[in-house]
Amino acid sequence: MPEETSILRTVDVSLSFGAVTAADNLNIEVGRGELVGIVGANGSGKTTFLNLITGYLRPEHGRILVMGRDATGLPPRLVTKLGVARSFQIPQLYTNLSVLEGMLLSLAAESGEGAGFWKPIYRESWQSEGLEILERFGLESYADRPVSELPEGGRKLLDIALSFALKPKLLLMDEPTSGVSVEDKFQVMDTLVEVLRQGNITTIFVEHDMEVVQRYSRRVLVFDTGRVIADGEPEGVLAEPEVRKAVLGRV
Amino acid sequence: MSLPTLPRALLVTSALLILLPLVVPGWIMFVMTKALFMFIAVLGVAVLLRGGLLTFGHALFYATGAYAAGFSVKWLGVQELLLLVPLGALSGMIMAALVGLIMARYREVFFAMLNLAFSMILFGALLKFYWFTGGTDGLAMGTATLLGTEFEGDSFGFYYFSLAIAGIVAFVVCRFMASPLGYFLRALYDNEIRIEYSGVAVRQIIYRTYILAGTLGGVSGVLAAFTIGHIVPEDAFWLQSGEFVFVALLGGFGGVPGPLMGAIAFELIQTYASKFFPLAWQMTLGIIMLIVILFQPGGLWAMYQKAERWLSRKGRDGEDA
Repeated sequence: MPEETSILRTVDVSLSFGAVTAADNLNIEVGRGELVGIVGANGSGKTTFLNLITGYLRPEHGRILVMGRDATGLPPRLVTKLGVARSFQIPQLYTNLSVLEGMLLSLAAESGEGAGFWKPIYRESWQSEGLEILERFGLESYADRPVSELPEGGRKLLDIALSFALKPKLLLMDEPTSGVSVEDKFQVMDTLVEVLRQGNITTIFVEHDMEVVQRYSRRVLVFDTGRVIADGEPEGVLAEPEVRKAVLGRV
Repeated sequence: MSLPTLPRALLVTSALLILLPLVVPGWIMFVMTKALFMFIAVLGVAVLLRGGLLTFGHALFYATGAYAAGFSVKWLGVQELLLLVPLGALSGMIMAALVGLIMARYREVFFAMLNLAFSMILFGALLKFYWFTGGTDGLAMGTATLLGTEFEGDSFGFYYFSLAIAGIVAFVVCRFMASPLGYFLRALYDNEIRIEYSGVAVRQIIYRTYILAGTLGGVSGVLAAFTIGHIVPEDAFWLQSGEFVFVALLGGFGGVPGPLMGAIAFELIQTYASKFFPLAWQMTLGIIMLIVILFQPGGLWAMYQKAERWLSRKGRDGEDA
């Protein structure tokens, strides 16, 4: 893959916590516009991978390149500024603010005015943009409600919408469907995939649900004890006996 | 804070404060002038509390402002309020900009106690360098001037001057609270992780807020110095800081009105309680604090809002019947 089309590249990235290997010589390249699923058993290093990319954890070896720029060792705040946003397995929301106010904060941050202390946050342009994003995520009816009134699926979506509003080049989602009921799961994913496609945002998502991965991603990475044991199209990869054993515990 | 109640409350409060001197006896005006500088200092404490940052050392900035004015009077012979109030603001701001470099790294109990530590260092310095600071005797402030006209600390004129400064301060804090930084400050209380992952530095939010709070402390100190007429090292003591926190909780720290109500209530309680129960006025304050925390944790302002909602509901029910 030519250099300029790669959004993310990790070179020999390794990290261990004592005897546990969380990342073992990871060499992963993700191209512009890809939608990549990451699967693996609990403790296989999926979330660690997201934490390494976003600078929450620092690799012991190796380098992380975001759009060709070295992001190794940068704190989350600066990685975000390079155009990488993430959502969380447990939604990280501003629970004392309204849904729209949270969006306004993301928009203020994105425009570099997060620390502005004189002009009000309720501005015509941000308000309409915030409402527009909420509408895309199907959350517009909650705009003026406190975040605490959102149902679980809505919390998940808002968490992603807050990251989406930062206009990232690369979005990392940690289990977007965990905690979402079985009936709502596909609807949530349909919404997300459509919004991300429209926004032309390269996406990597960690997922434990094989059905979701198969249905939505065109490329899947399988993690096992910090290593990538398979990388390719979901149909082929998820049929491999080694993968089935690592992920599902049975062949 | 619901929108309809705010402008009305603002109008009523301003009108009351402006007309007050025409109807009440003079000694109450002195109490009210004290309430105004108290309000300004408490507003700083309240803004920090909004972000979940409790300080037991805000007297550091109050004393910085007071002594900046005191030194100007003693060593430079400057008594002009239009110079000294900005000087107090500036000295509080500089002090906060320095101390804030360290403070922005801390939260919760460490934040509270480090603030206390810094204020006690100033307290110690004010005692120690008595040849310059007047030591335990403090400094006499004399009479302030406004554009050259003399202005006693207990005069109507000084009350109105304080009121004007309090108005400006309230306006600035309202703007601040409605700005992105003000909202990030509230969000700080909720979720620091999300803030960092938005590309905004939590430390910068705290640092800037701290500078605002310190500036307000400095302004308050100058007004306090001239109102009381005398400054002492105890202005930097932790009891003074505790009083600011007490008033913030008493009034409620959700907005600008809370600290104002708290400050007025505090000064009145202090005056009346020491008049009627001279030996037990602290106990009176303690009991009132207990009642507020047990029954109305949002303070007097929340109590007022509740009452207003209840009255308007009752009014509507009356029309329906």
